[in-house]
Amino acid sequence: MIEARETQTPPVEAPPRRRAPAFTAERIDMSHGAGGKATHKLIEGLILPAFDNPALAPLADAATLVCGGLRLALTTDAFVVHPLRFPGGSIGELAVNGTVNDLAVSGATPLGLSVAFILEEGLETAILRRELEAMAAAAKRAGVAITTGDTKVVERGKGDGLYIVTTGVGVVDPALSLSATSVRPGDQILCSGTLGDHGIAILIARGNLELEAEVLSDTLALTPLTKALQEAAGPGLRFMRDPTRGGVGTVLNELARDTGYGIVIREETLPVREVVQGACEILGLDPLYVANEGKLLAVVAPDRAEAALEALRSVPGGEEAALIGEVREEPARMVLMHTQFGGTRMIDMLIGDPLPRIC
Amino acid sequence: MKYVNEFRDAALARAVAAEIAALARAGRRYKIMEICGGHTHTIYRHGIKDLLPAPVELVHGPGCPVCVLPMGRVDEGIAIAERPEVIFTCFGDMMRVPGSKGTLLEVKARGADIRMVYSPLDALRLARENPEREVVFYAIGFETTAPSTALTLMRARKEGLTNFSVFSNHVTIVPPVRALLDSPELRLDAFIGPGHVSTVIGCRPYSFITQDYGKPVVVAGFEPLDLLQSILMLMRQLAEGRCEVENQYTRSVPWEGNLQALKCMAEVFELRPYFEWRGLGFIAQSALKLSAAYADFDAEVRFGSPGLRVADPKACQCGEVLKGVLKPWECKVFGTACTPEHPLGALMVSSEGACAAYFNFGRRAMERENVIPLQVETVSGAGS
Amino acid sequence: MCLAIPGRIVEIVDADLQLAKAEISGVRRNVNIGLLDEGEGAVQIGDWVLIHVGFAMSKIDEAEAQRTLQALEEIGAAYQQELEELHGSRIE
Repeated sequence: MIEARETQTPPVEAPPRRRAPAFTAERIDMSHGAGGKATHKLIEGLILPAFDNPALAPLADAATLVCGGLRLALTTDAFVVHPLRFPGGSIGELAVNGTVNDLAVSGATPLGLSVAFILEEGLETAILRRELEAMAAAAKRAGVAITTGDTKVVERGKGDGLYIVTTGVGVVDPALSLSATSVRPGDQILCSGTLGDHGIAILIARGNLELEAEVLSDTLALTPLTKALQEAAGPGLRFMRDPTRGGVGTVLNELARDTGYGIVIREETLPVREVVQGACEILGLDPLYVANEGKLLAVVAPDRAEAALEALRSVPGGEEAALIGEVREEPARMVLMHTQFGGTRMIDMLIGDPLPRIC
Repeated sequence: MKYVNEFRDAALARAVAAEIAALARAGRRYKIMEICGGHTHTIYRHGIKDLLPAPVELVHGPGCPVCVLPMGRVDEGIAIAERPEVIFTCFGDMMRVPGSKGTLLEVKARGADIRMVYSPLDALRLARENPEREVVFYAIGFETTAPSTALTLMRARKEGLTNFSVFSNHVTIVPPVRALLDSPELRLDAFIGPGHVSTVIGCRPYSFITQDYGKPVVVAGFEPLDLLQSILMLMRQLAEGRCEVENQYTRSVPWEGNLQALKCMAEVFELRPYFEWRGLGFIAQSALKLSAAYADFDAEVRFGSPGLRVADPKACQCGEVLKGVLKPWECKVFGTACTPEHPLGALMVSSEGACAAYFNFGRRAMERENVIPLQVETVSGAGS
Repeated sequence: MCLAIPGRIVEIVDADLQLAKAEISGVRRNVNIGLLDEGEGAVQIGDWVLIHVGFAMSKIDEAEAQRTLQALEEIGAAYQQELEELHGSRIE
């Protein structure tokens, strides 16, 4: 059998305690928008210091503002996806669901949304009308109203057709205390469904990789899932986040960093559609880092984990929910994965956009 | 996924690992080099090292075509990309490799028209669709990729395209391995041969390793079970005192290679008299440039190639890591001045680079690396 | 240099342009078969090939794949037996 090994531990330790990184790049490049390390550096090194205030500091999906006896959640999101329409959805649908979801994972019931449109000169009215209808339908499904907004037009060449910014406000359920600080070693990590559907759907829709596959974006309002989770897990629900750009791998790293604990996941439990796995294998991408628009990650106390899983699976959109790992004391602030092969590897935070590779 | 999942079976992995462990003689250490960067990636991605017994050590070789490019070649590519008439195309792997004044991604941010492609044929399509622009393809890769560039050029000629050219940085696998074997700093027992390069060149070219240097070679596939089985085959050779080239990857590698591919390469490319390799210096006949017949498509001819020689940053120890002399974490700047976010050298950028692989997959406070200061028995044979 | 994956040829799209359609787990892409289209071993619909940067590099030999797996499974079976014998011989 495999013998005990002598060790010479390589000197690289867990990432140091978080302090504001310096943002030194002279120009913004595409990696700053990918949701990984470069994005974090931009936010923490340049933006946070400029606005510095206690509500912003946690850098959660939504800010919590206290008003009278209520906790309000406030969130905003910009949508610049291209192409505007893709299998499974469109930019309008994303714009509504994305903001509803940031409220939902903060444990908030949405009160209302606002929307700002940046329209490019030359955009066909038919396209705009279609997106407005998509947004209205998504808002109706999510049970929220678009209550105010703004519209601007920019010159041809300066807008990629249509950009949408949505902002949402909601009331946080007083019974909930969702935060990284609530997380404890032993807590279980649940994922509500398959990884990477949205990101791969977009890559295929862009066309320049010439892949044909039936992959639909998973864009979805998560509120029914979050409600089911809250009911089933009660005070055992510690934390929720939706893994959008940067994928599940990024959220797990954020969680490890914010809690100071380690996270261990098992590769064989990760739900991935075969066709998404195929596309990722062709391009050399890792589904862990590919964007999702209709999934959530939840951290649940161990005694509620089974019930929480069943609850997720009983809601449309959560059928493939899985228990993917747990929180541990060690290795601090790192994410490890037990591979399906029987080894272990680290899941580090993404640097920039995952780029298709040939090597 | 067929031909993939079957070769990732954990139960079989344990069985093969146990066989390997049973063959490891007490008090003996085994240093096995995987030549190909793709194998380095597989090893770390699946955590194969966790399954190997302590005495078996994997040494990462120089088979990463991105990592071995000296900075000067990146700078030359960037110089071409900065020309306003050029649409510069390259694989994703190259976008974050540091030149002396930035990466292609940063140059793109400054306004250059740089587009990532999945295949050289995509670059050809761009040339067809943009007749008023110059489309340049930054070609990288060992013999696995060179035939694809060759076929693309043959097609470009057939179509009579005049706005397409290739900046060739193709390299060949045998010369650097020979250079490593000649290096006094390195003691190795066996080699895991590059499976996909071998689909093109076959298994014969590695016989110099067994005949001239007395080290066994097993040509390996890229799924984790392929690697484990190859390590087992090497351990068996060592235990039985054999020294042969064996093919583990028989389902994809024909012993003779792909003659059609070799013919295309011979038509389009010729060997450069010498080429500079990061960390290994100048090696004769180790890289490909476009043949005289294809000079029209040679970006170096079209745009001029100043032959920039740019030294690595002083702190960079890429060369030693590439040679397997240093482990990634033994490099003075690993994890500090050099990380995947701000890499000093290509080994920290390329998904096949030993440093990037270790940093992204392997680095953790609890990882145990098997570096045991025991007496190393060398395999008897010439040149070890 | 080494990212190549197995795919099945499902259609010859254009023999002159040496293009075929390959399928990998439900994903389809055109691949160039110009490195495998000559001689008696020329690639055909139904063949499995190794695909790298949009080109088919070599045909995957099903029989050899089976042989490799079988060799691995034999090691697996021997190991399994050893484990069972180990457990069976434990002194209770």
